[in-house]
Formats: sequence, C-alpha cells, structure tokens
Amino acid sequence: MAEKLLEIKNLTTSFRIKDDYYAAVDNLSLTVNKNEVLAIVGESGCGKSALAFSIMGLHTRAKIDGDILYKDKNIAKMSPAEINKVRGKDLGMIFQDPLTSLNPLMEIGDQIGETLILHNKNLSKNKIREKVLDLLNKVGIPRPEYVINQFPHELSGGMRQRVVIAMAIANEPELLIADEPTTALDVTIQSQILELINKLKNEMNSGIILITHDLGVVAEMADRVAVMYAGQIVELADVKTLFENPLHPYTRSLLNSVPNANEEQDKLHVIQGIVPSLQNLPREGCRFSARIPWVDETAHEAHPELKEVTPGHLVRCTCYKHFSFPDDSKEEQHVLS
Amino acid sequence: MWKFSVRRTLIMIPQLILLSIIIFVLAQLMPGDALSGQIGPDVDPARLDEIREEMGWNDPWYEQYGRWVGGVVKGDFGDSFRFKMPVSELIGQRIMNTVWLSIVTLILTYLIAIPLGIVSGRYNDTWKDQLVTGYTYVGFATPLFIFALVMLWLFGFKLGWFPTSGSVTPGLVSGTFEHFMSKVYHLILPAFSMALITTYSTIQYLRNEIVDTKQKDFIITARAKGASEKRVYNRHILRNSLLPIAAFFGYEITGLIGGSIFIENIFGFPGMGQLLVESITLRDYSVLTATTLLFGVASIVGALISDIILSIVDPRIRIK
Repeated sequence: MAEKLLEIKNLTTSFRIKDDYYAAVDNLSLTVNKNEVLAIVGESGCGKSALAFSIMGLHTRAKIDGDILYKDKNIAKMSPAEINKVRGKDLGMIFQDPLTSLNPLMEIGDQIGETLILHNKNLSKNKIREKVLDLLNKVGIPRPEYVINQFPHELSGGMRQRVVIAMAIANEPELLIADEPTTALDVTIQSQILELINKLKNEMNSGIILITHDLGVVAEMADRVAVMYAGQIVELADVKTLFENPLHPYTRSLLNSVPNANEEQDKLHVIQGIVPSLQNLPREGCRFSARIPWVDETAHEAHPELKEVTPGHLVRCTCYKHFSFPDDSKEEQHVLS
Repeated sequence: MWKFSVRRTLIMIPQLILLSIIIFVLAQLMPGDALSGQIGPDVDPARLDEIREEMGWNDPWYEQYGRWVGGVVKGDFGDSFRFKMPVSELIGQRIMNTVWLSIVTLILTYLIAIPLGIVSGRYNDTWKDQLVTGYTYVGFATPLFIFALVMLWLFGFKLGWFPTSGSVTPGLVSGTFEHFMSKVYHLILPAFSMALITTYSTIQYLRNEIVDTKQKDFIITARAKGASEKRVYNRHILRNSLLPIAAFFGYEITGLIGGSIFIENIFGFPGMGQLLVESITLRDYSVLTATTLLFGVASIVGALISDIILSIVDPRIRIK
C-alpha cells in the first residue's frame, strides 16, 4: 500500500446563496498518495476547483466542514496564520490562467522570490537570486538572468505558466495541485507543460492533484482518476481500469463524447443537459439520473454510496448495471420529445 | 523611461500652440473691450476709436495673435488696463498664493482620500464602507460654492476660528515666522473646504480599484504562496490599486483650477482664480488671456506629470 500524503474525509464546501448554504463539494472523501498523480475529472461546475481551493484554504466566503489531513495536521481547521505556513511550502498550486495569475507590477524574480522569502526568513538576497535563477532553469526558461528582471507582460503564455510553476515548486512542496494547468495554453505548449510537471514530480517525489476536463491529459499523466459529478465522486479507479472498463454512466458518457479520429462519425456524442446549478442540484438519489432519463428510475439507488466493485475501483449508484447508450435514432427521438 | 518622458514632453508643444490660439480667439470673440466701459457724456466715441486703432485692436486676429505670442515668449503679457501695471508683475504677486492653496488642498485631498479609500475598499459592503461611501455621495452632490459659503459662515463668522478673507495679515514682514504662520492660517479654511468636497472622486476611484483588484487571480496566487493578509494588501492589492490614482493626479490639478476660481472668490483670497474672474468682468484682455493660458498650461503639465508618474509605477506603459 502506497504511503498516504493527503487524506480528505467527508469534506463539504458550501457557498451561501441568499440565506442558504449550498454544497459545491458534497461529503467527499479522497486520499492522495506519495509520488502519484491523481486526476480529478469532470465538467465545468462540478466542484473540481472548489475542491482544490478548499485544500489550499483559498476560499474566502465558503463554509468548510470535514477534515483535510496532511501529515497529522488538519488543514481544514487551521487558523490563517497556520495555513500560511503550509501553503507555498508543503502545498504548491499551479493555476489555470497564467495571463492573470501573475502580478503585473512585480518583476518575475521578485514574484518567485516572494515564495522563498515567505518560508525561509533568513535567506540573503544573493542566495534568493541564485535560487530563483535555478528555478527558472528548472522550469526550462531560456536566459533566466534576463527574464528574472522582466515583467509578466513581456513573456508569452507558455513562459508565464512556467513562471507560475516555478513559484509553485519553489519550496519543493510535497503536494502539488494543478488546477487545469493547460486549459489556457495552445496544444503544442500544453504537452511541454505537462512534460515539465511530470519531470518535476519525479525529481521532487511529490504527489500531484491534477484537475482537468481533458481526458487526453488524464490518459497521459494520471495514475489514478477520480471522476466528479455535482460535487461528488462518482467513480474512482486507476487510470488503466478507468479507460478500459469505465462503469458509471457519467464516466462512460464522458469517454463517449471524446471524438475519435479513427472512426467515421456523423455527429459528436454529447451528454444531454448541463451540470445543474448549486441551487437546483438534486440532493437525494442519483444526481446523474436527470441526464440519462431513458434509464429506468428503479435502476438508481435511493442513497447511492461509493462502493468498491473490484479492489481499487469504486463506483457510486447501481444504475451502471442497467446503463446502455441509446442508439442514435432513439436518442434523436428523445431530444424531440 | 527617459525616452518616454522626453517624447511625452515634446507632444506638449503642439498642445500649447493650439491652446494659445483657442484662448486668444475666444477672448477676441467676447463682446466689448476694455474701453466699452468708458463710454460717457464727457468721452468722445471718436477718441475711443482712435485709441483702438492706435492699440492695434482693429487689426486681423492673427496679427494681434502674432504680437501677443511674440511678447508671451519673452515673458511679456502686456499691461493690465485695470491695474495699470505689467501683467507678468500682477500675476507674479498672485500666483504663489494659488500655488500654495493648490498644494495644501492636494495634500489634504490625498490625506483624506487614501485612508478612507483603503478602508472602504478593503471592508467593502460593511458599515465602514457604507459610511465612507455615504460621505462621497454627499460630497458628490454638494456644490463646492455652497459648501464653501457654509464653511465660511460657520468657521469664519459664527465661530470666528479662521480669517474670512485675504491671504496674510497686513503689516507683517515677509520672510519672518509670523508671516509664514499667518499665511498658513489663512490657507487652512479655503483648502479644507475644497479638499473635503473634491476628495470624493479619489476615494471612489481607490475604493473601486481595491474591490476590483481583490478579486484578481494574482491575489489568489499571492495567498497560495503563503503570504499573510497584511502582505497581500500592502504588496499586491494596494500597489496595483494606486495606479489609477496616480493617473488621476493630472485631472486633480485641472479640478483644483476650477475649484480655486470659486474658492478664491468666496474667501476673498488674492490668487489667480480671483484675478481671472475680475479680468473677465472688466474685459481686461491681457490679464484674462494670461491667466487662462497659465491655467491651461497647468492642466497640460498636470497630464504630463500623470503620464510620467504612471510610467514609473506601471511597467506596461513604458514605451521602448
């Protein structure tokens, strides 16, 4: 059994809308092991980022219940001063949009240096400069001694994302959270950035939570995959199992909606409807049932739980046993009705 | 940085030329002239026409303009009809009063605006913010000249804490400490009246900028690095929010000019604003054009200062 790095127990992150709290992450439990890449996949609005922000303690207006255990410490219960000692040092985060994630008025060197200074109070200026140059080298930025004095707007998107990564790994965190690190980049840069993250992971022996909606990225990077829908994990398995034997209807629909270049396809497969908004989320029963209306209601459980099907492969709700894709003519009929 | 400043300064030259033409032509278009008030039973209109001809007032505007600009370049704005002295000397007596009034007002404006803006922006939508925002609305809605009159009545006449007119107590030798203190004493009430009203725009700018910056992604990045809230505010939010305030500085000067015209007249403060209004009513053209030109130059220089400050604080503006 791999060594546990982070253990999330019954985490509920709720936001206040008018006078009520609505859970964006609903009673979620998950572990991340050392030196593994755990991918979290799901549509926009399913709570992936809310989960990442909860782990980093970055929510300013959310109510967080449950435990986030990191090395016997409970991040969810920490005071602001305590959590500031952890983030940036033990937990690093790579953000989605490198164009907006850097302070436009600070030189690159100062921004990376800030992470170092905050957690190593007695580093000399020269030492910091040395370390920053080292980091810029590590993330593959050419001419670091020149870039160190540049401002973010002078760099391209890919370079900026490398800077963001350099900031995240400055103190060699044990857990790196990458929140859609390649979404804002074009495809050629995407693979470079993913390679870089992979390389750094192996160098630092850290665990990575990779949040993405790109199944290609998952296949390339992940060891284990958690599929999230409406604030819950609906399926959890290692990457090979998930792609070879996906069980939950949502996972299968996701995989089915990836266009396949090898087959002639007349139309793209889509999942009907959208992720319901926080207020309209069904809180009981199988949350995905509304989007697969052709599956009989009796197929769903009243209180679906994540259950282990085979070792390491967990699925929520029994409806997967009765699920099949409607054939095209039927699907069309359904859309019409 | 230097290249940018030089280039930006050079742009001023055509602006100034255009400004001088507009001012001169507008002054010419005003009905009447300095002699129209002299008409009376014992004045021969023919004699007035003669004087006009002698003074060159019947020449086409561009010739008059040429003469005027020729003098202005040498620092000669002509003579005042009203005061019977060179305009440059007249302005020399007054300009420092207005400069001091503006400087003190600016300092007070920022002293009020920056702390209030920060409180209002940082704790937005709390009672502190509502209090500050309420004040800015009142400031926005109150006309400066009414507010100044109320201040004058209350603190000048009713309470008698401050002098009600003038810029210094007569009879003091300039250069002495008493003279300086008397100047400051005379400045406080007009400067405060102006600052309390004109500061609302700066407060609102700063507040909105802070509220905006707070939600930017790079603030989350800073928090994710482990920066304390204090550091996030001081190093990341505040610096980014002060940019537009710097940009606003030039307009602040323009606003001060408008304000000083009211304030100086209400408080009987012998400065440029008072001189301008007097010269308009008396059709004292040479004074009018000179004061308007100086106010115009002050606005243009204000904008220049804004741009240069902005280029210092915002690396994105620097032109290579």
